[in-house]
Amino acid sequence: MNNTQLLLSLSTVLFCLGLVGVIVRRNLLVMLMCMELMLNGVILSLVTLSQQAASTTGAVLVFLVFVVAAAEIAIAVPIVLLLARRKHTLDADAFSDLKG
Amino acid sequence: MEQALLWFFALAALAGGALMLVLRHPMRVALALIASMLSLAGIYAMLGVHVIAVFQVLIYVGAVMVFMVYAIMLLDVRDPSFTRRYAGYLLPGIAGLAVLAWTFFHAIGNSQLEAGTPPATTAFDVQPFSAAFLNEFWLYFELTSVLLLAAVVAAIAILKARRGNHE
Repeated sequence: MNNTQLLLSLSTVLFCLGLVGVIVRRNLLVMLMCMELMLNGVILSLVTLSQQAASTTGAVLVFLVFVVAAAEIAIAVPIVLLLARRKHTLDADAFSDLKG
Repeated sequence: MEQALLWFFALAALAGGALMLVLRHPMRVALALIASMLSLAGIYAMLGVHVIAVFQVLIYVGAVMVFMVYAIMLLDVRDPSFTRRYAGYLLPGIAGLAVLAWTFFHAIGNSQLEAGTPPATTAFDVQPFSAAFLNEFWLYFELTSVLLLAAVVAAIAILKARRGNHE
């Protein structure tokens, strides 16, 4: 297994762990953090491949993804605060009002 | 030596990600995620992409995770989500993970990937990065600032809505 395969496998495993965390965990904040783990896995594969191609465009793209992730967290955490203020819980199962 | 360090950082990132699934309190999950992100920054530094390693530490660990830790400390609610870790989808989630991971590993193992190139010393230095960033990609730079401004306005709007509902 060479280095590229090692890093791509690592990014795969991180993505899968994050996905399972989003599905399996109960706490809303933990689900958000598992989404961050998924994003980190994807960024790792992006960095690996763009470093192989030695392209500056890849680095710029990674920087833009970082900024978008920061903006996403800046929106998501106030929404979680709002939900927690309304129901006094962080349990994702409590927010099933739309279920028929 | 470098190979051993790469494996060490990879295993540390993996351990952090796995701990996120089993730890109970969100603060410990956040610390595991921070450890995983720092290991990824180490991997980036070993690949020679120092700009991205610095961004990873500054933006992710410095900004995003500090914000997250702050929210966890603000929301210290004692409710079932802190004591019961898993929702009802535990077994389907694990089964889906197994299928997905097997597919990915099959693809990676069968792909014709070149061996890792030696670190590209020119493409990812700060100087060529910033020159390319501000010469070729200046439009995206401006759009990024617009996006951040929109995020700030939206966060303030959400907080205002909360206040309006309770008064």
